[in-house]
Amino acid sequence: MASDRQKYIRNFCIIAHIDHGKSTLADRLIEKTGVLSAREMEEQVLDNMDLERERGITIKLQSVRLNYKALDGNEYTFNLIDTPGHVDFTYEVSRSLAACEGAIVVVDATQGIEAQTLANVYLALDNNLELYPVINKIDLPSADPEFVKKEVEDVIGLDASNAALVSAKEGIGIEEVLEGLVKYIPAPRGDESAPLKALIFDSYYDSYKGVIAIIRVIDGSIKPGTKMRMMEAGVEYDVVEVGTFRPGMLSRDCLMAGDVGYVAASIKNVKDVHVGDTITDASNPCKQALPGYRKVTPMVYCGIYPADGADYDNLRDALEKLQLNDAALMFEPETSAALGFGFRCGFLGLLHMEIIQERLEREYDLYLVTTAPSVIYHIIKTNGEKIEVSNPSNLPELQEIERMEEPIVKATIMSPTEYVGPIMDLCQNRRGTFINMEYMEATRVMLHYDLPLNEIIYDFFDALKSRTKGYASFDYELKGYEESELVKLDILLNAEIVDALSFIVHKDKAYSRGRNMAEKLKDVIPRQMFEIPIQAAVGSKIIARETIRAMRKDVLAKCYGGDITRKKKLLEKQKEGKKRMRQVGNVELPQEAFMSVLKLGD
Amino acid sequence: MKEIGLYIHIPFCKQKCNYCDFNSYVCNDDKVQSYMDALLKEIKMYIQEYGFIFKTVFIGGGTPTFIHYKHIEDIMMEIKPYIAEAAEVSMECNPGTVNEESLGAYRKMGINRLSIGLQAWQQPLQKQLGRIHDTEQFIQNLEQARKVGFTNINADLMFALPNQSLEMWLETVQKVASLGVEHISCYSLKIEEGTPFYKLYQQNKLQPIEDELDREMYHKAIELLKKHGLEQYEISNFAVPGLECKHNLIYWENKEYLGVGAGSHSKIAGVRYGNHRMLERYIEHVDKGNYPIDEKNVIGHEEDMWETIILSLRLNKGLDVLDFNNKYGVCFESKYSLPMEKLLKGGLVEISDNHVRLTSLGSDLSNSVFIEFL
Repeated sequence: MASDRQKYIRNFCIIAHIDHGKSTLADRLIEKTGVLSAREMEEQVLDNMDLERERGITIKLQSVRLNYKALDGNEYTFNLIDTPGHVDFTYEVSRSLAACEGAIVVVDATQGIEAQTLANVYLALDNNLELYPVINKIDLPSADPEFVKKEVEDVIGLDASNAALVSAKEGIGIEEVLEGLVKYIPAPRGDESAPLKALIFDSYYDSYKGVIAIIRVIDGSIKPGTKMRMMEAGVEYDVVEVGTFRPGMLSRDCLMAGDVGYVAASIKNVKDVHVGDTITDASNPCKQALPGYRKVTPMVYCGIYPADGADYDNLRDALEKLQLNDAALMFEPETSAALGFGFRCGFLGLLHMEIIQERLEREYDLYLVTTAPSVIYHIIKTNGEKIEVSNPSNLPELQEIERMEEPIVKATIMSPTEYVGPIMDLCQNRRGTFINMEYMEATRVMLHYDLPLNEIIYDFFDALKSRTKGYASFDYELKGYEESELVKLDILLNAEIVDALSFIVHKDKAYSRGRNMAEKLKDVIPRQMFEIPIQAAVGSKIIARETIRAMRKDVLAKCYGGDITRKKKLLEKQKEGKKRMRQVGNVELPQEAFMSVLKLGD
Repeated sequence: MKEIGLYIHIPFCKQKCNYCDFNSYVCNDDKVQSYMDALLKEIKMYIQEYGFIFKTVFIGGGTPTFIHYKHIEDIMMEIKPYIAEAAEVSMECNPGTVNEESLGAYRKMGINRLSIGLQAWQQPLQKQLGRIHDTEQFIQNLEQARKVGFTNINADLMFALPNQSLEMWLETVQKVASLGVEHISCYSLKIEEGTPFYKLYQQNKLQPIEDELDREMYHKAIELLKKHGLEQYEISNFAVPGLECKHNLIYWENKEYLGVGAGSHSKIAGVRYGNHRMLERYIEHVDKGNYPIDEKNVIGHEEDMWETIILSLRLNKGLDVLDFNNKYGVCFESKYSLPMEKLLKGGLVEISDNHVRLTSLGSDLSNSVFIEFL
């Protein structure tokens, strides 16, 4: 039976497109409810990684418990569950949504609804969430709240008459939002006396307490001493501590139906705590696990190598540490003739990949060489064997391949109508199959395409942005595998194949990509002491050739008394630049060379 | 008493050249006077406290001859008692800023070597560089200098200039060498940040010449100068044997020198000092009776070794390995076996009679060589 207690709980998250002000709104709600004093209040409390703050995106989920005394005189507990705002993290988002009864949908009053907002709105509707629209940035001169309200009604089909008009930046309308939460978001209705049923929607590693599971209790209660069972992982642990976020950890006697908080149980292995898994009481288990659990599988792969081979162990340690907080990160050792020992790493998407690379370099002070991203190809060999390949070097010989399949995604692109032509061009170029086009209103359309994932991982976002002056937004989900005519394109430097530069490409695009790649490499590889021929080849057939001329001059004409310090600095910089290069055969390759394939354009 | 080289900086010019990133200013007479007063005071402070003996003197700029010669005379009078016998006393000058009278005065006050900035023979190139003189003036000043008794004269030349052809460059070298100067410096133009050239370059209005042409100019000049009896002894410097610039050799042999004036650097007892660059700041410090030092860096053992290596490799005589090992108490051969192996294999350096030298290729790619020792 739902208790009175739960009447005063609201569990919600905020759905928004990047830059529409989700974090700023969260800050204001935290500030207004006085959880943190002004002194404690750091800009955008929830995005607590430097990287997140710089990029203005949320990578790791955070949640915070707020207390609010409403106009009706009652004290409410708000659990604000933060969600990552990017397409790569759709599954994580869906699990956070499943922990809520409602969601605030933030829409920028100057820009309207974007593809990501819509994608997450659909996810929220799938999870039966009550949606509460908030129109943000009404202080901007170009704001058009009435128009955006209408868009919310037309596009999402949501009643926008109760929408709050706010400026999170200026602190306008925040109280209305808080009251709106009380009024429009339903209270949880769990059964406190039923067997424990709690959803894990995030986890992280604490060096003192082990893996911390962040949970929403649906039914029953959990407290220290409870023998909990993770139903999918099939493991059991004794609960050591439970608590809530203030946003720091605050231990409590127990968590009950409707509550959001954390559980610590001296869990050493992050792999035991799956996002989406159900926790129950081993001594009094619930009958059925919560629906929606999915094993996370990486979509995009790349090779990560230490620039200095001696850093191999450090790289492994760093990856292991990152994995403690990021179960979606996969890695296994691999070897490249060009790059030596490294790891093949799997990511949820391109952003996830970039974030991990940046964190490795920044937080662990590693110089990395990363290879171009790849997807998983299915290969059916002539002997009937089926294999999966994520590293182009592992592709079997041409004559052993019966056929190949590549992953296809369902892509949704939203854009002002004037860019439909360029977008269709781009999708056509990227081997897209047009599905349909819907007018959201007179000036905006939603395009649906099936696109090969391997076309998206090569600068598709950038190309889309530049063709639409940044107005289009984009979202995708995996559709499945389809047969495709693919070939491996090799790059030869000084007549030797550099395995780390090979990539898999559709055979119709091999020539143009090979040519572009050779030209690009000519630009990014600095002149060296000898001439370097660059060749692109499919099998034994050379399809493009360029030459890097030998370096002819690298001198300081003058070096007198006053010059030495300055010149030394110059030379040190030059040396530092060289250190970041990778020696392949006798050629020194800068890191960009390995990512060149990403910047090939169309 | 310590024997060192003395560098005196005169940071004034009639106008700043388009490629120049040196510490020089276009100023009025009052400013010149107060700077020269400070300069004299700084020199006195060093002499009184340390009692150096100057085995070489180099008055550089700027354009030392742009200000009246009486200012230089004041300085020379002050330092004369501390200049070693038969010391080389050089001064930079630009054509058109000297005449027979001033040259006579300079010679008389003890200056015995002139370095004249010609840069290019052809008028359009001089104009492009923002030079204020023409070739006629250079020839005339050279004759005047000979007349008053200068027997050791250098000409500064530049190559790899935008719009300069190989023929123009070789004409420059040919003509100047034929005039019988004892020393020539040939500098490959580097477009430095903060110069008018840099701005033009960024706006795509100035096309740097190809590296291939730059090197052709360089190597052809080496040959041509040799024919005129001017032997290369440093990457950019050529002289009649025996008349190499002794002051500059102090830098390349990593010996000690005192630099006075705004922005000058000193290296004394393993420490490098840099004076304040801004005139006002410099004058202010000296006026208060303080040394006008802005930066001070103790040169570590490793750092000093590196400096010795790269500076001596600039010289054609190369790095004397035995000297090096004695000076630093190390074994060069084993300490630098890895870079040496790589450089020898690449044909960038060569070893003979215990000296390491850059090859011709090595001098074209000298930075790549130097960083191997870092």
